Amino acid sequence: MMAALIFAVSLVTLLMFFVSYCRSLMAASSRHTLSAEVRDVTGIKDLPCARDYVKVRQLLQLCPERPDDRAGLRAVGIYYDILDMTQRSIARLFPQLSDWTEHERAGCAGFAAVALDRCIAFNRETLAREGEY
Amino acid sequence: MPGPLASVIWYLGAAFELGFVVCSIYRKSFVRYLFLNVYFLLTLSSSVFRHFVLVHSGVSSDEYRYTYFYSDAILTLVLYGALIGLYSKVFAELRFSRYVRASAVLLLLGTAAFSYAVVAQSQERLSTDFAYELSQNLYFVGLVLTYVLWGAILKLGETRTRLVQIVLSLGLYFSAYAASYALINLGSMDSVAGFIVPVVGCLLPLAWTVTIWRYSEDARLVPAHLVAVQR
Repeated sequence: MMAALIFAVSLVTLLMFFVSYCRSLMAASSRHTLSAEVRDVTGIKDLPCARDYVKVRQLLQLCPERPDDRAGLRAVGIYYDILDMTQRSIARLFPQLSDWTEHERAGCAGFAAVALDRCIAFNRETLAREGEY
Repeated sequence: MPGPLASVIWYLGAAFELGFVVCSIYRKSFVRYLFLNVYFLLTLSSSVFRHFVLVHSGVSSDEYRYTYFYSDAILTLVLYGALIGLYSKVFAELRFSRYVRASAVLLLLGTAAFSYAVVAQSQERLSTDFAYELSQNLYFVGLVLTYVLWGAILKLGETRTRLVQIVLSLGLYFSAYAASYALINLGSMDSVAGFIVPVVGCLLPLAWTVTIWRYSEDARLVPAHLVAVQR
C-alpha cells in the first residue's frame, strides 16, 4: 500500500519537475532576440508558434549542434513529444488543455530557434577561426 | 560480473561525476557548491569501492548487496546535506535563514539517527527486500524536501538560473529513484529497476554539469516563466 502511494506520488512529482525543468531551460533563453537570418530561414515573423518546432528541428539537423545545447535540446524534444501526444489525445476533449499545450509547444519552438541562432553563430565563428590559419 | 551495458553506464556515471567536479573547479564554483562537489567525490569513491567488492565477491553475493545498500543510504544522507546547502542559498537573504538551517540540520541528524537505528536492528535483513524499502523511504524524504524547496523558490521569486536548475534536477532524481524503488517493492521488477536506477544516477551529474558549464552565477531568468499555468 505504502509502496503504491509512494510510486503514484513520485510519478506525479517526476512529471511536474520535468515540466518545470524544461520551462526553466526555455525561460533561460527567452531573453534572446532572434537574428534576422534565423527569422528568414525559419519564416518566424514575430513570435514562434507550435508548428515552427518541426521546421526548426529539421534545420538544426543540418547544422552541427553546439555541445552546450545538446542536452537541453534533447530534454525539450522529449517535452515537445509529450505535449504533442497530449494534444492529439486528451487535449481534444479539454479546450483549455489544448490552449496550454499549444502555448508550451510554441515555447519549445522558441527554444529550438534560439539554439539554431546560436548554432549558426558558433559555426560562423569556427569557420572564421579556421580561415585565419 | 556486470554485462557490457551495465559497465558502460557505470563508466559514464563516473565520468559525469568527475566532469561536474572538474567543471566546478574550471568555472571557479567549487567552494560555492562545496556540498554538491563533496557528494560527487564521495559517490565516485563509493563506486570504486563497490566495483572492488563486485569483482571480488560477485554481483549476487551478500557482501555486494550489503555494500551497495549501506553506501547508498550514506550517500543519500550526504545528498540531504547538499540539499540543506541549497536551502541556505535560497533562504540566505531572509531573516529566518538561521532557523531554516537549524531545522534542516535537525532533520538530517534525525533521519541519520533513524536510519542507523533501523539498519543496526536489521543488519541481517539488509540483503533482502528490506533494503529496497529503506532506499525507497530515504529517496521519498529527499523528494518531499526538494518539493518544499521548489515551492519556496516559486514563492520567493528566485531568479538564479543555476540554483533553479540544480534544484529541479535534484527533484527529478529523487522522484525517479523513489518511483523505481517503489516499483521494485510493488512487484519483483529487479531487472527493470536494475537498468533504470543506474541510468537515472548518470542523469543527475550530467544535468548539473550542463548547468554549471552553460550558465554563469550571474545568469537570471524570469520567475513567471517557471509556473506551468500562467497567472
